Amino acid sequence: MQRKSVGNILLLVLTLCIACMWTFPLYWAVVTSIKPEQEVVTKTTFIPDVFNFSAYYFALFETNLSAWYVNSLVTSITVTVVVILISVMCAYALSQIVFPGRRLLYGIILASFMVPSQALVVSQFVLMYRFGLINTWGGIILPQLIVPVVVIVYKQFFDSVPNELREAAKLDGCGDFQILFRLYLPLNWGITTALAIITYIMAWNAFLWPFLVTNSEDMMTVTVGITQVDDAFGVKYARDMAVAILAAMPVALAYLLFQKRVTQALMLSSGIKG
Amino acid sequence: MTSDRRGKALTAALMIAPFVITYLTVFAYPVYKMFALSFTDAPLIGEGRWVGFDNYLKLINQKLFFTSAWNTGYFVVLTVVPNTLIGLGLALMVVRLRGWLQSLVLVLFFLPYILPVSVVTQIWEWVLDQQFGIAQYVIELFTGKRISVFRDPIWAMPMVALVTVWWTNGFNLLLFIAGLRNIPADYYEAATLDGATRWQCFQRITWPLIWPVTALVLTLQLILQLKIFDQVYLMTEGGPFNSTYVLLQLVYREAFRLNHGGLGSAVAVFLFLIIVTVSVLQYQLLRVRGR
Repeated sequence: MQRKSVGNILLLVLTLCIACMWTFPLYWAVVTSIKPEQEVVTKTTFIPDVFNFSAYYFALFETNLSAWYVNSLVTSITVTVVVILISVMCAYALSQIVFPGRRLLYGIILASFMVPSQALVVSQFVLMYRFGLINTWGGIILPQLIVPVVVIVYKQFFDSVPNELREAAKLDGCGDFQILFRLYLPLNWGITTALAIITYIMAWNAFLWPFLVTNSEDMMTVTVGITQVDDAFGVKYARDMAVAILAAMPVALAYLLFQKRVTQALMLSSGIKG
Repeated sequence: MTSDRRGKALTAALMIAPFVITYLTVFAYPVYKMFALSFTDAPLIGEGRWVGFDNYLKLINQKLFFTSAWNTGYFVVLTVVPNTLIGLGLALMVVRLRGWLQSLVLVLFFLPYILPVSVVTQIWEWVLDQQFGIAQYVIELFTGKRISVFRDPIWAMPMVALVTVWWTNGFNLLLFIAGLRNIPADYYEAATLDGATRWQCFQRITWPLIWPVTALVLTLQLILQLKIFDQVYLMTEGGPFNSTYVLLQLVYREAFRLNHGGLGSAVAVFLFLIIVTVSVLQYQLLRVRGR
């Protein structure tokens, strides 16, 4: 029952206008990054007449960006793999095995959902210092490994796998580890992809903790490192934008390639079935 | 039967061990330690003496604590409700689109949300730059002059809020779109047949049926925005004249800049208690809704 009217067309135009305005800062960042540095401040052109990649050249070869990239990739991929692995095992046990303290554990995990990790930074820092992990990959990774919502989502999914499957596998002589990794995990591959991508994006984007735990420039992650470029080289906007775009690339690509999964994971973790 | 039970318990123990050990080490212990430290005069690294409620008393007498609490509240007011309403408004527009156009527009609105905070702040510092920023044309249009927004005590916080809304709105939009899609189309058809206007449809059908999602978004926003730190730190560093100083930044300042681990932890405890309270209220609210 779409009402065809002038009103509808106006609304469509309005929507598109707002969408363009919303995206404009991103567009502007891209345009700025491919201008020569003097042109950035001397003339306001919305469509660049020449493509100049000197800002990118600078970002890639004159800053520590490559080192930050390595740090970010290593830490966020490790966080992702470990979070998925320890959470999926815990969720399987909570969902499928009867053991003492099961309800208590699940209750604690549900409650942890409410704890703001930002409030823990001081004591986590002290702990990492004791472990000798300040300014190391380990120090960046460790406090990011507890993501209660991943356990909760997995448990809900495992709860809905028909019990007959597990019984049949049991009769074939499979142990619980085999059942989890050969049966339950492949059955829920979609949700694993979704949770893995969102965990990776969150780890790549993490700012506060990596910012606190690293103090030498070559140990910083991309998200923290790029804030140093200004201090070191003064404000140069084409450079800044090139650096920002390169920093955002890995997450932007992950989102564009796996849009549906990202959406699904966000819905699930906020309690809406996607 | 007993050995089977024991076997089960053993398997379960093996499976939960990696999570539980990590949990106890990097999560549960720091929660305990945060409370413990807040009652000592410990520096960031090293032992301190038990001082009872001294840190909390110090906080009550510290002007910056009230400024930070006030500013955090101000930021929450500037972001939570506007961000929710804008999300709903945009969702109402986006759901009317069809096919690839809808997907495209959705991507455009959502993209900022997945960017790292430092990328967002870098882009906006350029857009709002006093001399060369493109947004200064708009600001000039309304105020008649260029304004260095992050150095102006009146403009700084609202601008940080604006950037935050731009950055985080995509998430709200997604939740609202999912909610709107769950409203059966026949309701609108029936209402249209009865001659209801668009505004009546919204008032009588959309608003009441979307309310559970609205409540969810409002509470999620509230919890998220109370934890404000990254954006203010990167754009204003709490200035000018502490006009954007927030609670989490006070934690950072006391613990990491001034080496007062104890006092920093006391601020952290304060923030922790506020957020846990809000979360518990949210949980109750959603449970009531679930019935």
